[in-house]
Amino acid sequence: MEKILLLGAEAIAQGAIDGGMSGIYAYPGTPSTEITEYVQNNKTAIERNLHRLWSANEKTAMEAGLGMSYAGKRAMVCMKHVGLNVAADAFINSAITGVNGGLIVTVADDPSMHSSQNEQDSRFFGKFAMIPIFEPANQQEAYEMAYEGFELSEKLKVPVLLRITTRLSHSRSGIERRPLKPENKLSYPEDPIQFVLLPANARKRYKGLLGLQSLMEQESERSSFNTYYPARNKSIGIIACGISFNYLMENFPDRIFPYPVLQIGQYPLPFTKIEKIVNECEQIIVLEDGYPFVEEMLKGFLDRTNKIKGRLDGTIPRDGELNPDLVAKALGKKVKTGMKIPSIVTNRPPELCAGCSHRDIYNALNETMKEFGKQKVFSDIGCYTLGALPPWNSINSCVDMGASITMAKGAADAGVRPSIAVIGDSTFTHSGMTALLDCVYENSPVTVIISDNAVAGMTGGQESPATGKLEEICIGLGVKPEHVRVLTPLPKYHDEMVKVLCEEIMYDGVSVIISRRECIQTASRTKREQKAKTEEIAK
Amino acid sequence: MKSDIILSGVGGQGILSIAAVVGMAALENDLYLKQAEVHGMSQRGGAVQSHLRISEKEIASDLIPEGSADIIISVEPMESLRYLPWLSENGWLVTNSTPFVNIPNYPDMEKLLAEIESLPRRIILNADEIARQIKSPRSSNMVILGAASPFIDIPYKSLENGIRKIFGRKGDKVVQLNIDALKAGRDFSETNKK
Repeated sequence: MEKILLLGAEAIAQGAIDGGMSGIYAYPGTPSTEITEYVQNNKTAIERNLHRLWSANEKTAMEAGLGMSYAGKRAMVCMKHVGLNVAADAFINSAITGVNGGLIVTVADDPSMHSSQNEQDSRFFGKFAMIPIFEPANQQEAYEMAYEGFELSEKLKVPVLLRITTRLSHSRSGIERRPLKPENKLSYPEDPIQFVLLPANARKRYKGLLGLQSLMEQESERSSFNTYYPARNKSIGIIACGISFNYLMENFPDRIFPYPVLQIGQYPLPFTKIEKIVNECEQIIVLEDGYPFVEEMLKGFLDRTNKIKGRLDGTIPRDGELNPDLVAKALGKKVKTGMKIPSIVTNRPPELCAGCSHRDIYNALNETMKEFGKQKVFSDIGCYTLGALPPWNSINSCVDMGASITMAKGAADAGVRPSIAVIGDSTFTHSGMTALLDCVYENSPVTVIISDNAVAGMTGGQESPATGKLEEICIGLGVKPEHVRVLTPLPKYHDEMVKVLCEEIMYDGVSVIISRRECIQTASRTKREQKAKTEEIAK
Repeated sequence: MKSDIILSGVGGQGILSIAAVVGMAALENDLYLKQAEVHGMSQRGGAVQSHLRISEKEIASDLIPEGSADIIISVEPMESLRYLPWLSENGWLVTNSTPFVNIPNYPDMEKLLAEIESLPRRIILNADEIARQIKSPRSSNMVILGAASPFIDIPYKSLENGIRKIFGRKGDKVVQLNIDALKAGRDFSETNKK
């Protein structure tokens, strides 16, 4: 079959489509966004009319995915690593309910924090939920795991976690496809109370999940994704998880390893294979992109023998993404060193686009705040987080989706006046609405600025479910209509914006200022597309 | 054969279309390919790079090890220097000389160009100017790729075919402008490489 060039993220999407998926549920987040976008534009997905619209957040996505599984169909849920924190309640409990149709939860971790606020390792969540985890080494494996994942999920009757990292998600390579499978038919769970987690029932379900653990381990033992490569020199044994296997191979062309190697692509860890390499070799080096997950398990709490090496003992740096050079150094191999970066090269951090509406609202806010003092502005996750950098220095926090409003509330409770939140439209509907309800409930003196650019901008301009509804949502939550103000952020309206900001900041209660102008990237893209369309028609 | 290429520039300058054309050309020649790119926050006017690896043998790592890239292709002069740690001893650096200035402390142009000139194997060209001369002002990317093409182990015809595939849906005129740009860059290199 002909190979097609796909990003790791796209390979997962193609694998899920070919594996008979009926719906994908996700909230955009780097490095996971491209999975859902691929499904949205895929011909088969459109012909089959697979569910492929965005969800409001990762929790709603996870629950909808579970609902589709309840109905017997195959579903995939996608998110970035921190999204799994949002979805955690549904995710952990989905292991207790179990599934009907196959359910794959794909989570893209971001070691080195290329586009994230931490580098948490989702394998811990998989272990926490006690479900199988897949971790592909390359794009082909990513495809296979998505393709086969539904079957494992249906066989064991639990969701499976597919964990990737940024590098694999955003790297392109040739993929060989497998035959397209039919979708599952609608069917109800055999046991009508399988999904009812009342304590009495949940206890039974939990015992069932515990009972499945040995089966999961047997699956890992015979999985083709966990491969043992024997070798004569047993002074070192290497355990290579996920993408780290590629970096290992880079150092040993033609896959001729001098030391025994155990490649891990499926968890729980295969006990017999791990036991073999640990007993056979004098020392073990664990290569894993992310936290020392496997390393810690092997080392345990009491081991001080120094037999297990990796991130904990400094053989590999404790944080950050792996690469071929770090693996070479860990194995004591010589690495080439290139030239140094000349001192003339300066940093070039990302910045808000020229013409971006966030610029205008920050300019107005900065002028307003001259009167009210510093360190009173809480913000959130999105392009506008760049307002923390010069020349704006406008905001004082960026923690998690929706936190701006609730942190502003807590600070106001503590006596901070004024207390201001800056949040994007998509982030607001993701997790800001309940925060606003808390403010309304207590009539907290908080001014919420929703910088509404009508899309999820940072992740590439995905539709925002709030578009056209923000005023109604805020009023519906109980904000007084006269304190829901709408601004057009443009330099020519600067003075007016400052005036409105001042008025609402002075108000001793909840006010919402919607600063509304379309994302400049999306606007110019729409313009280009329209122009192309007009030219097409003119032909 | 193997070519390990670092592509560099500033988010929004479109280094990924260079990668896409080379990728198509690699496919046409039944070569293996891996291409790691940057999405997300850095795309907003920050420094971006892509590791592009093509080979007749299967490729292991998505990332190029340090000191082993055969070529750095940069659409921005300062960005070309940021990835010198990856360039191999005999590697070439091909860069645009037109700066993208979006930071207050952008270095002095003369000193910057002198730094690039001091490298033993480099091609510096004003791709924006060349693209304007051939009346294809939006194709400076392809001018750069053309200038780099003598150092990439792929038939020149395949790069042209790559342009046809990538730009095909934008119409014949756009395809031709980009092929002209590729040629102009190629000619520059052929005349100026030592």
